[in-house]
Amino acid sequence: MNTTFRALMGATALCASAGLAAAQDTTLTVATVNNGDMIVMQGLTADFEANNPGIKVDWVTLEENILRERVTTDIATKGGQYDVLTIGTYEVPIWAKQQWLVPLNDLPAEYQADDLLPAVREALSVDGTLYAAPFYGESAMVMYRTDLAEAAGVTIPDSPTWTDIMAAAEAMTDRDAEISGICLRGKPGWGENMAFLTAMANSYGARWFNPDWAPQFDSEEWKATLTDYLTMMNEYGPPGASSNGFNENLSLFQQGKCGIWIDATVAASFVTDPENSTVADKVGFAQFPNKEGVDNHGNWLWAWSLAIPTSSDAPEAAKAFIAWATGPDYAALVAAGKGWRAAPPGTRTSLYENADYQAAAPFAAMTLTSMNAANTQKASVQDIPYTGGQFVGIPEFQGIGTAVGQQFSAALAGQMSADDALAGAQANTTREMTRAGYIK
Amino acid sequence: MARAVSRNQKIGWTIAAWIVALVIFFPILYAIITSLKTEQEAIAGFNLIPSFTFESYQAVQSQNDYFKPFMNSVILSVGSTILALIVAIPAAWAMAFSPTKRTKDILMWMLSTKMMPAVAVLVPIYLIFLRTGLMDTRIGLTILLMLINLPIVVWMLYTYFREIPGEILEAARMDGATLRDEIVHILTPMAVPGIASTLLLNVILAWNEAFWTIQLTTTNAAPLSAFIASFSSPQGLFWAKLSAASTMAIAPILILGWFSQKQLVRGLTFGAVK
Repeated sequence: MNTTFRALMGATALCASAGLAAAQDTTLTVATVNNGDMIVMQGLTADFEANNPGIKVDWVTLEENILRERVTTDIATKGGQYDVLTIGTYEVPIWAKQQWLVPLNDLPAEYQADDLLPAVREALSVDGTLYAAPFYGESAMVMYRTDLAEAAGVTIPDSPTWTDIMAAAEAMTDRDAEISGICLRGKPGWGENMAFLTAMANSYGARWFNPDWAPQFDSEEWKATLTDYLTMMNEYGPPGASSNGFNENLSLFQQGKCGIWIDATVAASFVTDPENSTVADKVGFAQFPNKEGVDNHGNWLWAWSLAIPTSSDAPEAAKAFIAWATGPDYAALVAAGKGWRAAPPGTRTSLYENADYQAAAPFAAMTLTSMNAANTQKASVQDIPYTGGQFVGIPEFQGIGTAVGQQFSAALAGQMSADDALAGAQANTTREMTRAGYIK
Repeated sequence: MARAVSRNQKIGWTIAAWIVALVIFFPILYAIITSLKTEQEAIAGFNLIPSFTFESYQAVQSQNDYFKPFMNSVILSVGSTILALIVAIPAAWAMAFSPTKRTKDILMWMLSTKMMPAVAVLVPIYLIFLRTGLMDTRIGLTILLMLINLPIVVWMLYTYFREIPGEILEAARMDGATLRDEIVHILTPMAVPGIASTLLLNVILAWNEAFWTIQLTTTNAAPLSAFIASFSSPQGLFWAKLSAASTMAIAPILILGWFSQKQLVRGLTFGAVK
C-alpha cells in the first residue's frame, strides 16, 4: 500500500511538473518583412529567449504586400496565426479603430515610453492609447553627392526649396558619365511613387481632399507638383525611371549614378555604408524641400512597428517580446555586435543623444530634424479631413493611391500628359470615394 | 513519306532551337550566376562573370533553415500527386470507357474551375482551414493542391485512356478480368507513359504553387515558395541572397525535370499505343 501510494505520488508530481513545463512553453509567431534591421533582430532572438525562459520565437518573414494580405486576412477572420505583427503607421490607426490590436499602454516602466519620438508615438496612438511599438522609423530627406555638387559649383542648403533642388539637379547632370542629376521614385504604388508624390504635393501646399472629401487633383498646387516632378525626371532623371522604386534608386545612388536622391531617411545608413556604397564618404544631407512660401516639408513619417493582434493567445509573452525588441536597451545590443551605425533609427530620443551614435552616424542630426518636422495630424497647409503624411489614413487609400500612382507613372513614361494624368486621377478618385460613401 | 531535310536546314533548326532554349532558360541562368556574386557585384549592373562566392548561400542557410521547407515541398508535391492519381485514374477510366451524354460537359466544368482566380475563394478556404484545424498543416495543403490540380490530371489521363482501344478491355473481360484487374493489370500498364508524364507535370505544378502555399502556412507546413518569399525586401538590396534562395528552391525540380525530360516529352506528345 505504501509503495503504491509513493508511486502514485511520484506519478502525480511528474504529471504536475510536466504540466507546469507545458504551461511555461509559449511559442510566439512573429510576422515580419525582410528588411536589414529585421534580419538583425532575428539574429538576436537567442538573447530574448535566454532572458525570457519558456518563450520561444518562430519567425514568418514575408514580402511586404503578401504580409499585409496575410495579416489582414488573419485578423479579419480571427485566425490567431500570429502573436506579433510588423505593420506600419498606415495600418495602426485603422486597425486600432477596428479593435484588432491589443493596447500597449501597460508596458513596464523600464520600457520608457516617454523616450519615443513624439511624432512617431502620436502616429501609432489612437485617442492617446499606444497600439504599436516602433521598431524603426523614418521620414524623408535629401541625400546628395557632395563631390558632384562642389564640382558643379552648387550649394544645397540644409533646408532647400524645390527651386534649389532643380538648379542643383541640372548642374550635376552629366549624361556622358551616366550621372543623373536627380533620382526619384517612379514605380506605381501607394507606397512607392505616391509616397513620394504625396509628400511633394504637401510641400507644394496641395492636398488630396477638401474637408468634404472632394478630390483636389484639379487644383493648381497638384498641377505644379506633377509638372515640376515630370520636368525634373525627364530632364535630369535616370532612364526608365517609371519602374524605379526605393531599391532601384538605392542601387543607382550606391553606384554613383545619382547626384540627388530624395527618399526615406533610413536609406542614409545604406548609402554611407562603405561595404556596399561606392560613394559612402561623399554624401551630404538636407531636409525634404518645400515650395517657396509654403511652410511644409512634406510630412513623410513611417515607422515599422510591432503590434499584437487581439486574436493572439499569448498577449503577455508578446508584450515581453515587444518590450525587448523596441525597448531602450535594444540599440546597445545591436551596437555591441554590429556597431552603432546599425542601430534601428528613428524611434527614440535617447539614441540621438548618444554620443557614440552621433559619431558613427553622420546622418543622425538631419534624420532627427526631418522626423521632428513631420506632422501626420495635419499634412497639408490647407484644411483636410484626414491624417497621415505621405498617405491618407483611410482604408480605401491602398486601392486609390495605387490607381493614381499608375496614372502618374504613365505620365512619367510618356504615355500621357500631366493634365491627362491629373484628370484621370481626379475622375478615378471621385468615383471610388463616391462608391465608398465619403461623397454623398 | 518522310521529307528530306538538308544538312544546312538541320544546322539552322538546331541553332534556332538552342537560341530559343537559351532565351527561355536565361532568367534561371542569370539567377544562378547572381547567386554566386557578392551583393555589391549583384547591384553593379549586368555582368555574366561572377566571383564564384558562396557567401549568399551561407547567409541564406544561416538566416532560414532550408531543410524544413524543402521537406515540406517534397511531401506536398509527391503527396498531392499520388492522391490526385488515386482519384483521377478511376474517374478518367469511367469517362473514357463508359461515357454518358454529359461526360464532355463534366470535363469542361472541371476545367472551368481552373479559370477562376484563386483569390476569389481565399476567404472561404481560409475559414474552412481555420475551423477544421487544417491551417498550416501538410495534410491540409496536400488535399488542397490535389484538388487544384485534379482537373488537369483527369483531363490528361482521359486523353491517354481514350487512345487505348476498347476492344482490349473487352477481351480482358471475356477472359474473366474483374474491374480491378482491368484497371490495374491492363489499363494502367498500357498508359504508363501518360501516367508518368501526368505525374511529373503534377509534381512540378505542386512544387511551383505559390499562392495557397503562402496564404495557408506560417511555420510548420511552409514549403520552398514561402522560403523564397521571405527573402524579398522592400528596403534593402539582397539580390544575391534572393537569387541564392531561388536557386536552392528550383534546383531539385530542375534536376528532376532534366533527368525525366524524355519521359515528359514522350508522354506529352504521344498517345498510349503509338
